[in-house]
Amino acid sequence: MIYALCLVLFMVGLYGVVTKKNTVKIVIGIIIMEYAVNLFLVLLGYRKDGVAPIIDEGTSVLKFSQLAVDPLPQALVLTAIVIGLGVIALMVAICIRLYERYGTFDITEMRRLKG
Amino acid sequence: MGQKLTPGDSRSNLYNPQLGMTLIVKTVTRWVKGFIFLFGVYIVLYGHLTPGGGFAGGVIIAGAFILLTLAFGKEAALERMSKTVASEFDSLGALMFLMLAWLGLYFGGPFFVNFIQRNLPGKRFHLFSAGNIPLCNIAIGIKVGTSLFMVFIILSVLRVVVKKGERRMVQMKRRGE
Amino acid sequence: MVTLLTVLLFFMVVGAIIAVETKDLLSSIICVGAVGFGVSIAFLFLRAPDIAITQVVVEVLVLVILIRATISRDVTAISGDREFFSMTVSIALLLVIFIFGLEVFKSFPQFREPVFTTMSDASTNTYIQRGLIQTGAANLVTSIILDYRAYDTLGEATVLFTAILGALAILRAKARKRTTDSSEGNSDQ
Repeated sequence: MIYALCLVLFMVGLYGVVTKKNTVKIVIGIIIMEYAVNLFLVLLGYRKDGVAPIIDEGTSVLKFSQLAVDPLPQALVLTAIVIGLGVIALMVAICIRLYERYGTFDITEMRRLKG
Repeated sequence: MGQKLTPGDSRSNLYNPQLGMTLIVKTVTRWVKGFIFLFGVYIVLYGHLTPGGGFAGGVIIAGAFILLTLAFGKEAALERMSKTVASEFDSLGALMFLMLAWLGLYFGGPFFVNFIQRNLPGKRFHLFSAGNIPLCNIAIGIKVGTSLFMVFIILSVLRVVVKKGERRMVQMKRRGE
Repeated sequence: MVTLLTVLLFFMVVGAIIAVETKDLLSSIICVGAVGFGVSIAFLFLRAPDIAITQVVVEVLVLVILIRATISRDVTAISGDREFFSMTVSIALLLVIFIFGLEVFKSFPQFREPVFTTMSDASTNTYIQRGLIQTGAANLVTSIILDYRAYDTLGEATVLFTAILGALAILRAKARKRTTDSSEGNSDQ
């Protein structure tokens, strides 16, 4: 059920990318897809009644290893979020450049590929 | 915002009411900006003990500078960290991270080995522990913070508003008919 | 816990639909912000405080960048979608992808039962049981991204560097060109 809702969120983003004409709307669709994928990866590592993967000073490692959630997807998602920010900045820069060139955000009016 | 400044009076533009946002925003920013920066440094330094680390702390440090840019205009942020200084720090962070990885080779081990922890392990759950993980955190924090500050400065400084509305209106009208 | 996550995900789906479908770009960007903060709260409930912190701050920066990029443009609303035929084809394709995705999810492990609890040779077991001894860091996420899988972080730094360099190159070339042949550029428009 939760996985399916995550997929629905991804689909909404993909719908925005495929059908919208505004370049900023396309960027927004890509952002929503990125959020859905990040959330899905973290959902995969959740354990019932889990604790955060940070060891306290008092608890023993053996007891901790039976409670902790999966730290590996969290580590991968942590880098993915920051990369996503850099990529979003690059896409916004391309949008601004296209706006300066063509005077519009509409991709159907950007017919001329020259220059 | 949007006024041209002569290069001489860049120091006085912190209190220039013509630039930036309203007085309330400026006053709150003046009080809060140091604490945001300090919180970012704390997140970076204690990344191996508490939630956080180089990525989160670096983004928070960049957020302090971006708040300054938004409240006082871009000159106030650029006189604290100019674009050349930011790009140098950016390269410094990446080089520091790479050097820590190379030092692992030098001290007898694979690339990226945690050589400090292997040779002199610190006391667990204290600040000086975990070998070169805090050093890597500092490098990543510098890198991420200055990169994001620089991309914001690029997007806001080199922003050129093009007045081509007439052409678009003509085209839209043609499409409508 | 599950119901709370479900409600949060419904909120995010509604926010995403509004963000994609609304006409005004500014309200669309604000709805993206709502989705991002919802993701952040979900991370907090999923016991991932590291990425919850990162997601909040990154979300603020995304909002600021997008608003700075789109505000004061004279065109903010482009109405209308693509043509009817391409719309139909793309929606059909989306439905096919959705159905296949649901089929794929049947082979995944149940929610709340991650893979490493059932497989004894999963690498996460090593990280959890020996991470404190081998790296000395109490925060296992940090010990993974900076010690066990530091190559990943090196690649991340490279990608970030390249993205910033690309943004700089794209925006700077225009500024230099405008000073030389701005009259020519205006005349051919």
